[in-house]
Amino acid sequence: MTVSHERELDVLVVGAGPAGLSAARRLRESGVDRVEVVDREETPGGIPRHCWHPGYGLRDLHRAMSGPAYARRLVDLAVDSGAEVRSATTVTHWVDDQGTAVGITSPSGLETVRPRALLLASGVRERSRSARLVAGSRPAGVWTTGQLQQAVHLHHEPIGRRAVVVGAELVSYSAVMTLHDARCDVAAMVTTSPRPQTYSVARHGASLRYGVPLYTGTSVVRVIGRHRVEGVEVAGPDGVVRVIECDTVVFTGDWIPDNELARAGGLPVVAASRAPLVDTSLATPRRGVFAAGNLVHPVETADLCSLGGRHAAGSIVQYLGCEQGASPPPSLSTSVSLPLAWVSPGVIRLDRAPVRGAFVLWAASFLPSAYVEVRQGPRSLHRARVRGGLVPGRPVHVGAGWMRLLDPDGGQVTFQALRP
Amino acid sequence: MTRSSDTDVLVVGAGVVGTALARELGRYDVRVTLVDESDDIGNVTSKANTAILHTGFDANPGTLESRLVRRGHELLSAYAAAAGIPVEPLGALLVAWDDAQLAALDGIEDKARENSYDRARRVEVADLYRREPHLARGALGAVEIPDEAIICPWTVPLAFATEAVHLGVDLRLRHRVTGVEPRGDGTVVTFGNGASIDTGWVINAAGLRSDVIDRAFGHERFSVTPRRGQLLVFDKFARRLVHHILLPVPSAMGKGVLIAPTVFGNVMVGPTAENLTDKDDTASTPEGIAFLLEKGRALMPELLEEEVTAVYAGLRAATEHDDYQIHLDADQRYVCVAGIRSTGLTASLAIAEHVRGLLFESGVDLREVRAAQPPRMPNLGEATPRPYQRAELVASDPAYGRILCHCERVTEGEIRDALSSDVPARSWDGVRRRTRAMNGRCQGFFCAATITAQFGDALGGIVGADVGERA
Repeated sequence: MTVSHERELDVLVVGAGPAGLSAARRLRESGVDRVEVVDREETPGGIPRHCWHPGYGLRDLHRAMSGPAYARRLVDLAVDSGAEVRSATTVTHWVDDQGTAVGITSPSGLETVRPRALLLASGVRERSRSARLVAGSRPAGVWTTGQLQQAVHLHHEPIGRRAVVVGAELVSYSAVMTLHDARCDVAAMVTTSPRPQTYSVARHGASLRYGVPLYTGTSVVRVIGRHRVEGVEVAGPDGVVRVIECDTVVFTGDWIPDNELARAGGLPVVAASRAPLVDTSLATPRRGVFAAGNLVHPVETADLCSLGGRHAAGSIVQYLGCEQGASPPPSLSTSVSLPLAWVSPGVIRLDRAPVRGAFVLWAASFLPSAYVEVRQGPRSLHRARVRGGLVPGRPVHVGAGWMRLLDPDGGQVTFQALRP
Repeated sequence: MTRSSDTDVLVVGAGVVGTALARELGRYDVRVTLVDESDDIGNVTSKANTAILHTGFDANPGTLESRLVRRGHELLSAYAAAAGIPVEPLGALLVAWDDAQLAALDGIEDKARENSYDRARRVEVADLYRREPHLARGALGAVEIPDEAIICPWTVPLAFATEAVHLGVDLRLRHRVTGVEPRGDGTVVTFGNGASIDTGWVINAAGLRSDVIDRAFGHERFSVTPRRGQLLVFDKFARRLVHHILLPVPSAMGKGVLIAPTVFGNVMVGPTAENLTDKDDTASTPEGIAFLLEKGRALMPELLEEEVTAVYAGLRAATEHDDYQIHLDADQRYVCVAGIRSTGLTASLAIAEHVRGLLFESGVDLREVRAAQPPRMPNLGEATPRPYQRAELVASDPAYGRILCHCERVTEGEIRDALSSDVPARSWDGVRRRTRAMNGRCQGFFCAATITAQFGDALGGIVGADVGERA
């Protein structure tokens, strides 16, 4: 393969969503010269580009905005700060087994870019129908929320008349709103979860405003329809199988990091989340490579991704300042036990608190009135009640004040959830 | 062939066999028309198979199938190289997991020799694990078939159809045969869309519906039983786990499933084998998926740690006979090319060559007037550079640098080309098979809305709501 040209940068950010754009801006504000954000989409901004509901920007920009307005604002702020933001530009591969050099393809050609530091902020996607192993035919009318929102809000396309929404996470209600905007009725929401997974405001909103019934403990057995979806066969908690007629089915949530570049670079991933393993500074084990945003915690709201980007920027500034420093800082590994699925960051760097001074925990199953306990060996470092209990799909934030109690030689830190 | 008619030879069915026949006959001084009921070529049995270029080592010795698969392997290997059809000669390993299967390995080597394949060889356990380190523990031995290869199943019939069109073959899609009527020394074939074609010869390559057409000509020779094969396609991250085509050893305990890489860089597990009555039932089932997951886990546990990118099912056109059903009826000017089962992809060119020979023997005056010229096909394979990796191509046309489908790295230029090629895509399925767009791990989460909005007009206003998952 011939490469048309090669250039150097201080920082290359992969992904122009909230994390990447916010990181770029913070890097520039911190005096880093050559900062470039590349995004493979035609328009930078990430997922908020096609999320029409309000509530973006609360914790990072301290105002409430729609997704598209928020995305545009973050792009403007990054550009105004002096960062280069390039769209339709794909990082295709790593040049070497180590280091930060990558290959790029864009309409202006192939390039090799050699940044001093690389930030991965490539985000998340929803698990597809196939990845969920839902049987049946493969007709038209099967969507994820991401595709649905783009079709409705960016391209104003018709969707269908009657939909079934699979999932009951926050994004599932966003899908209901999008379908409503597209004048597509929602026949039902179905979830294998025994209870809804989101906050009651969204839940009651959907049922009152749109009259959508929610079937819990219900799985989709198969998709029916030869050319167009004709229905979905579902199995209820009582084992009764029935068909819900519809011409559209939207598979929502069940997020998975878009970790292709991370894995191609040999970065270890956390088994339960498939997110690249990072420490509290958001550094990966590959020297000079950092990761932030929903890539490392599938999935949090956009404003928290944005704050994560700023956090990574701070770490990158520090890294660039002492790039020659050889010895890695002391750190401790972590583990979680069920019903917790994962913790992010998964490695504790003793000199650096996590984003917003909190670790993110994700539940694999429900546990009402739960406590979370942090231990190092036999020592209990922290114990806190989880408001609302553990709910799959709803992140739990555990303050990191106990980090000062850590023994650098005390071994792994464990997170567990307990009944009171 | 001087009578007044619309065409001299009508090939019914534009699957891999029908397109190969049209391409073969297109070189001669006969007018050839190729029809298919679908809106695309290769859109039924030919699109959903295990994508293996077989050697024929395990065919039934002495059958026509055995001979044509062997010959087809040779012809298609050469053709693929000329046309740029992705092929990876990985070789196959038949792995024995119990004493019965181990004992059966001798028979496999014997059978291969009976099928004139003499390169089968034993692989000892230590060597097997050296070559396939991620294979589950407990294998007892294996036989290697070094010449089995993986191939792009979609580019093969597309190349044949493209070459056929270049040779002057009249390709007509959305033509479903509803009647055949003898007229003079030929046949008038009528179609569901109201059209009719007066032809000298009819070649029945209608796959799953070939028995219906054969009966319309008054024969009672076979019935097609659709045999459904469900397949799981694992994420590209699984590709590093598998180095060969891993075939099951047939035994009294039933036929197992295979694990094979695909030329697109995925790993496939399957197929199931279920006899159905519905010739359109390409749905997967919860039982089928569970069965394949269990088999996959037993053969290669690490595979199950990766995500599944696609689940699909294809139908093989099996009959009650153990061999191809190729019959020429000179009086009727009719050739039946049926019962091609699961070897049609490999044997396609040899079947076409064989049928041309039958026509010649029966006195059809075939003079070669055009030279075969394999078209250069767009590369869908991972073993050679794709457009986004080619600096000179991107420099010459920036559309090849604009990646629209991110998981499969498909560019704007490739999708544009697929919609304006000599056998253009007329549906999103057609776009997928010509480019891989929207076939990747996100299944459209990122790209489908953009692609369908940008190219919907080129497909006659078809939008995202019309995107099936089929490909």
